[in-house]
Amino acid sequence: MPAFSFNDTLLLATVLFSVGLAGVLVRRDLVFMLMSLDIMLNAAALVFVGAGARWHDATGQVMFVLILALAAVETAVGLAIIVCLHARGRPTLDADTGNLLRG
Amino acid sequence: MHALALLAACVTVVGAIMVITRRVAVHAVLYLVVTLLALATVLVMLGASFAAMLEVIIYAGAIMVLFVFVIMMLNLGQPDSAREKEWLHPRAWLGPGVLATIACAELLYCLNPLSGPAPAPAPITAHDVGLGLFGRYVLMVELVSYLLLAGLISAFHIGRNRVGGR
Repeated sequence: MPAFSFNDTLLLATVLFSVGLAGVLVRRDLVFMLMSLDIMLNAAALVFVGAGARWHDATGQVMFVLILALAAVETAVGLAIIVCLHARGRPTLDADTGNLLRG
Repeated sequence: MHALALLAACVTVVGAIMVITRRVAVHAVLYLVVTLLALATVLVMLGASFAAMLEVIIYAGAIMVLFVFVIMMLNLGQPDSAREKEWLHPRAWLGPGVLATIACAELLYCLNPLSGPAPAPAPITAHDVGLGLFGRYVLMVELVSYLLLAGLISAFHIGRNRVGGR
């Protein structure tokens, strides 16, 4: 019997996703919001891998690889936006101050 | 539930909670690395060692380095002297250190084939993943390559505006 049953995996993924969602909702700093998004993506990937282990299918890990690529792209673009906002002379990284699409 | 599995899950969740409650961004990055390493342990226990390796190499390696570089460039927070004093304080590194020690010890314990728990029946190897990835899902690999190209171009575009000076 494996150390994790599928129910335990789902429970852990749910808790992780909730923590990440709380981070996105509570924190206003853009760097912390990106990190919370990474936590949420990890929780989703954990569900895929757990399901792949439960039904012994390699598709779960294929989806894990694709989610990894998605997370890399999301982090790169988000951090580029943060650096761009900071270079424009914005004193804080508060997400609420960036609500206008001025170039 | 196995005790080691419970421990890894607890380290993951506590690390994630620490990430979203820290004030200093570098501390949050440290806790996020601990969270990802503990999650890699969870993946190993699920029989997905290939996914765990990818998690450590790409997530805890590449993406976290990106975070650290950007936080270094931003240079937010307190002035230098106060910041360095805080770095030397045990309060800054004790939490991530303890959690990382637990995760590392657990990983080493699981690597020992004699004392470790029985592995999951027929774990999915990288061979199966590769066959699935470049067999049935080769179109998705192409789509991901387009996604990576789009991310590269947009990151380059945003950075170019910054360097050019407006």
